[in-house]
Amino acid sequence: MHFRLCYPVLDVLRWNTLRKPLASIVSAGLSKFGKREGLSGRELFVEAAKEAFENCPNLDPKRDIQALIIGQMSESFEHQGHSAPAVSDWTGLLPVPAVRVEVACASSGAAIRYGVLAILSGVYDVVMVGGFEKMTSRTTAEVTEYLAMASDFPFEQWNGVTFPGLFALMATAHMHKYGTREEQLAMVAVKNHHNATLNPKAHMQKEITVEKAMQSRIVAWPLKLYDCSLISDGAACAILTKPEIARQFTDTPVHIIGSGHGSDTIGLYERSDYTYLNSTRYAAKEAFKMADIEPKDVNVAEVHDCFTIAEIIAYEDLGFCKPGEGGKLIEDGETSLDGRIPVNTSGGLKAKGHPIGATGVAQLYEIYLQLTGQAGERQIDNCNIGLSHNLGGSGATCLIHIYERG
Amino acid sequence: MAETDQYTIDQFYRFISEGRLMAVKCNSCGKQTLPPRQICPECHSENLEWIQIGTEGRILTYTIIYIPPKGFEDMAPYAYGIIELEGNIRLPGIIRDVDLDDLKVGMKVEVCFDRETSDKWPNWPRYYFRPVES
Ligand SMILES: [Zn+2]
Repeated sequence: MHFRLCYPVLDVLRWNTLRKPLASIVSAGLSKFGKREGLSGRELFVEAAKEAFENCPNLDPKRDIQALIIGQMSESFEHQGHSAPAVSDWTGLLPVPAVRVEVACASSGAAIRYGVLAILSGVYDVVMVGGFEKMTSRTTAEVTEYLAMASDFPFEQWNGVTFPGLFALMATAHMHKYGTREEQLAMVAVKNHHNATLNPKAHMQKEITVEKAMQSRIVAWPLKLYDCSLISDGAACAILTKPEIARQFTDTPVHIIGSGHGSDTIGLYERSDYTYLNSTRYAAKEAFKMADIEPKDVNVAEVHDCFTIAEIIAYEDLGFCKPGEGGKLIEDGETSLDGRIPVNTSGGLKAKGHPIGATGVAQLYEIYLQLTGQAGERQIDNCNIGLSHNLGGSGATCLIHIYERG
Repeated sequence: MAETDQYTIDQFYRFISEGRLMAVKCNSCGKQTLPPRQICPECHSENLEWIQIGTEGRILTYTIIYIPPKGFEDMAPYAYGIIELEGNIRLPGIIRDVDLDDLKVGMKVEVCFDRETSDKWPNWPRYYFRPVES
């Protein structure tokens, strides 16, 4: 029998919410990213939560927050599963429901999605979303092993590939099909490192050059050390409310107007093409349709630059340029702070850091700062619409959110 | 039910240990699938069978792993690619016996079998690729 799942709830949602916010962000917080010695994941989360609470005096966390949804990739880092109630406890939220969602590096992107859906369900008015990862107490070999668990075990891991290796396979394919150059990959790293020097919370505050990136140690050809994101500790959170009540908490809410979530085969090899990600294309279509906007309407974006090639492919899959023109887009400076569509103003995963479970909400945090005019030296002018793009694994998961200044 | 009627990853590797490259074919829509799945991902049919496929293929994309995962330290740097086989089947793995400078998209390779297994989970053998002599 031919059987296909359908999504009646989402269809209603699209019809019902055209140009109407799905949910509103009334506050957000981010811990400093980096090597945070002596602090556990839950303690890093509290650092982020304190910022969100302090910036929203009208919110009484104990009284108002009705549920907590967090992302965390792996229990292995801290030998700690079942982390949601612990995080909730440390944040002072017991006994409200707390749950952890996991889709590898997109875990807290999914926390946003399911926070939005929890509010849209009508059950909750105020939900806290967030994520964390404590990675630096492990050796690089251990981190590599835990991260690889997000790829296919029986065929990919068993046969000797690493995560950089999977994105290197995409880079080779992109270079072969479109003539994308290793220098263009390096330019992504140079841009994101520059942006991070303007972000006090970024893990790395160091300008680099194309030459330096090109000469760095090869990890998985054609990817070198400076094509790879950082191993970091960090946490991020945000307070979401029903749009109707957002102004009880703040004069400057940011609305979430689109949410997209796509999936693909866990093994990269099974896909029909390695130069784009179908999960991104699917999620983008859903999010743009829900928000009723086009890619050209986006003023600022945070995209998942776990490896430099991923940022170039994201430009193309999100419609910021045509397929194959991502290398040219970075080379022409279109995604720089003063470009047509600034991307990864925070420094991205590349230089701000990539504490896996925190990343999705950390992207939201940067867009929230940009849309509320709080991004300091890296503030983009005339910023009304922002987008975040969060990948899991080698792209078996993609979460996209679109935001509008309230 | 005979074990060979089970369309599992374990069975795929049992075939590898016998030196056979097997995929699952759907008798309803004709789709060939690897890794094996118990339900055809295309048409949801359960009318499936194992078929032996040819071992020659070509490199669709590749990388050279310099920083290897645990267990592969002795081999680095090594080539790793995604190989297209007959029936549009794609398989990833290490490409051995190749000069790393000679690697190219489109290069012809064949599947070889390393039948050795251990007692430790998942006790699967390994396959690998090597260039076809031209
Ligand atoms: Zn079928």
